[in-house]
Amino acid sequence: MCEDCGCGDTRLVSVDVHERLLAGNDRTAAHNRGHFFSRGVTALNLMGSPGAGKTAILEATARHLGGSRRLAAVAGDLETERDAERLRKAGIPAVAITTGSACHLDAEMVHRAVHDGASLEADYLFIENVGNLVCPAIYDLGQQANVVALSVTEGEDKPLKYPVMFRNADLVLLTKVDLLPALDGYDVAAVQDALARVMPRPRVIAVSARSGEGVAEWVAWLEGLRVPGELRPAPLAIGVREVSHG
Amino acid sequence: MHEYSLVQALLDRVESEARSRHASAVHRVTVRIGPLAGVERELFSKAFEIVRPGTLCDRAELVVTGDDLRWTCEVCGAAIPTGRVLVCPDCGWPARLASGDALVLERIELEVPDHV
Repeated sequence: MCEDCGCGDTRLVSVDVHERLLAGNDRTAAHNRGHFFSRGVTALNLMGSPGAGKTAILEATARHLGGSRRLAAVAGDLETERDAERLRKAGIPAVAITTGSACHLDAEMVHRAVHDGASLEADYLFIENVGNLVCPAIYDLGQQANVVALSVTEGEDKPLKYPVMFRNADLVLLTKVDLLPALDGYDVAAVQDALARVMPRPRVIAVSARSGEGVAEWVAWLEGLRVPGELRPAPLAIGVREVSHG
Repeated sequence: MHEYSLVQALLDRVESEARSRHASAVHRVTVRIGPLAGVERELFSKAFEIVRPGTLCDRAELVVTGDDLRWTCEVCGAAIPTGRVLVCPDCGWPARLASGDALVLERIELEVPDHV
């Protein structure tokens, strides 16, 4: 007993936890994954910088599919419902998640969106994350695959600057390739080389939402996700060569 | 700046542990953050300073330990140096991240009254 105030002495108790800080998010993500799986929904987490062309790619995807697949979307933004409105105009049922100050979506936000009316009567649910190359990368949402949109106007070295985002990507969509003629000196091989240094199974599809280039290849990749046993892209190790950065 | 939400998750976890053990205060919290965790260690520590007043962690020391970044071959186990193309030079197989993405609450040290 403490002699000054009688409060009682304390002893130190050490508790070994060894638990991921995101364990709570992981549990909700697993719950979401169960929702998606049981309804036969292929969920994708679409990430990328603001303005990388995430919404435009989804619009082009809807145009390409022309109703042959059922699409749905959840669109995260700090403010406004603009992306969700654009997607609805493109024929994709979409629910907006306005995050306020949060720079990323987490599994709980997606869970709420699903209960707030995001359509699970879909073959593909696109979760369009908040435009940001940092924070969204570490939050599992329950998706089957991570797709990162990287526009050619962002330069060739983004993968080296944001390795966490690209390490977790299953596919990188190199967007706005219709602008390449205007970008003197832009080297697609340099982007591929940068990706190969941060992404163990680099898979890149060059697309243009405007011209439609690459959209068929992207849709074929999406179809591959629905083939049992092919949830992961096959290793593309052989033939990847190092390119020196001059 | 997702460090604040991570620190909030940390405090929630630590406080629930502290309450379940009838602790009067938290003495020390140890977390491990790897270079590919996607978390800035300094920002994380700053966020902890800002969020903890009035919580059981008010006087707690936050210890942030690091983690080595190591890529190895999935097949032969050879180390693949960071910054190189992530393919084993011997097998041609993709590299696997052996360590470096940890974001882990390792240990909580609690001050528990003697009579509890």
